[in-house]
Amino acid sequence: MTVLELTNVSKSFGALQVTDDVSFSVPRGQALGIIGPNGAGKSTLFNLITGNILPDAGAITLLGRDVTRSPAMDRVRMGVGRSFQIPQPFEGLTSFENLLAAAAYGQNKREAEVADQCVAILRDTELLPKANQLAGTLSLLDRKRLELARAMATGPELLLLDEIAGGLTEGECQALVATIKGLHGRGVTIIWIEHVLHALNSVVERLLVLDFGRVIGIGEPETIMASREVREIYLGMDV
Amino acid sequence: MGHRITTRTRASSIAGIIAVALIAVGLILPAFASRSLIQDLFFILTMLTLAQLWNLIAGFGGMVSVGQQAFVGIGAYAMFAGVILWGWDPVPAILLGGVAAFLLAIPMAFFAFRLAGAYFAIGTWVIAEVTRLVVAQWKTLGGGTGTSLPREATADIIGVETIARLFGLRDAAARDVLAYWLALALAVATLATIYALLRSRTGLALAAVRDNDNAARSVGVDAARVKWLVFLAAATMTGLVGALIYVQTARISPDAAFSVTNWTAYVIFIAVIGGIGRLEGPILGVLVFWGLQTAFADYGSWYLLALGLLAIATMLFAPRGLWGLIHDRTGIALFPVQRRLIGAKDG
Ligand SMILES: Nc1ncnc2c1ncn2[C@@H]1O[C@H](COP(=O)(O)OP(=O)(O)OP(=O)(O)O)[C@@H](O)[C@H]1O
Ligand SMILES: [Mg+2]
Repeated sequence: MTVLELTNVSKSFGALQVTDDVSFSVPRGQALGIIGPNGAGKSTLFNLITGNILPDAGAITLLGRDVTRSPAMDRVRMGVGRSFQIPQPFEGLTSFENLLAAAAYGQNKREAEVADQCVAILRDTELLPKANQLAGTLSLLDRKRLELARAMATGPELLLLDEIAGGLTEGECQALVATIKGLHGRGVTIIWIEHVLHALNSVVERLLVLDFGRVIGIGEPETIMASREVREIYLGMDV
Repeated sequence: MGHRITTRTRASSIAGIIAVALIAVGLILPAFASRSLIQDLFFILTMLTLAQLWNLIAGFGGMVSVGQQAFVGIGAYAMFAGVILWGWDPVPAILLGGVAAFLLAIPMAFFAFRLAGAYFAIGTWVIAEVTRLVVAQWKTLGGGTGTSLPREATADIIGVETIARLFGLRDAAARDVLAYWLALALAVATLATIYALLRSRTGLALAAVRDNDNAARSVGVDAARVKWLVFLAAATMTGLVGALIYVQTARISPDAAFSVTNWTAYVIFIAVIGGIGRLEGPILGVLVFWGLQTAFADYGSWYLLALGLLAIATMLFAPRGLWGLIHDRTGIALFPVQRRLIGAKDG
């Protein structure tokens, strides 16, 4: 069963082609990593999948349904959860309330029905001590945790994570990897954009490389990491 | 799992008791109070309600409207139309005010929601002005100069005779008592409705949309629907208040009923001084405003200028208003909406 399929998707911002004829599909339960240099169009790809922006051409299919033009809200309800690279918390709500809103609306349930889940997610993401703190007063690290937690709270079948490991200590990074592995183990399909390659490669089964908006490689992580293009892009990086 | 979720605080429990007591006192007050006190309280209650409603759309919903006078005006005129054209009793005709404001809010939201930030504000103001100009063409309701409620209509408003007999008042004073009770009912209903809304799931959605529209949609919140809901509800209630105000004054003109100063500028002043985005804010704000109005209103434009400066100073130095200052010092919330998680254990 294919969870997500992109067919010849393109997007330009003015003269800048940010997504160039991208096609790939993700089977249910897979963890796919996306790597590529800054400005390659990785986050834009997420925005296209979630419906935060619409493509100029091509088609996006979610769980067998064409969602190319559907609003972001509908896709969340179909099971797409996402984190933002630059955290976008609801600043006037507490961490707990951020999750409550996401869970109640993402899963279309009453607050009381999702409260326990939200507590469990706060615990998993190490935010429980800050449950009652306004999100606007959280540190950058905690805001990033909240991004992951809020995406999880929507009850996703497909989880899109955009650079959530940057700036973590080794211990924190391991905890994060364990959390994501836990979700993966429960059958959640994951697409993870990440520059911290050792964290990424300890989770994903498949890697996609994006450069100038084009897919320049997709396949087994070992094969991809060994390819010349990737080594050129990541030369001197933590491969 | 050993945890629980609560919005209640000790202060809010006490506030609940005090609120019930105040409402009870408010209800029986006309038995002792002077006519001028009843009139002052009518003014305070109606301004409070308008400020709560503006606070709902601007403070909680992030939609800064400066066109609320459109709903006051259209509500008042609809009530007049019901009385003068169709011979309705003024009190049930207040409901027409709510309907008219609701109907006006639909095209207004349709246009204004396409505008962002300052353009939204200007858009609402422009629509209010256009509505005023159109209403001023309505010759049977006095055109540009306005008209009064006919004496026959004001003479036998339902309930007035009973009130007059009950308290031994003349008809005019009894009318004020009736208007005051209706204002009290509207103020309490508005506060209770907004409070219930904020504590419901929709309250979370409203806060999410205000804080970050894009992220709200990304967690499944129908941002447009929430905005429509709140805007229409606030407009309808504002229309009811407008109609009630003009039942009490019994005389209307387009300039007064669609006055941006009276129904929007003062209302924003009340919310800003008291504290935007908190239910306690307008309550404190309206008392400050009433004090200033009583003391200085005779100074005319100097007074308006001073109010404006005071509002700007508040926005610069205490952006969350007087109640914000109190809340920061003491942590007190009379109408808390925050869902606090208690007793959840780590690990
Ligand atoms: N809304 C937008 N309007 C105009 N240009 C945009 C917009 N969003 C992204 N871009 C541009 O598109 C290009 C790709 O951006 P994108 O954020 O997708 O890259 P990325 O691969 O996620 O980069 P990074 O690793 O830095 O996060 C960049 O040059 C960016 O400036
Ligand atoms: Mg990016």
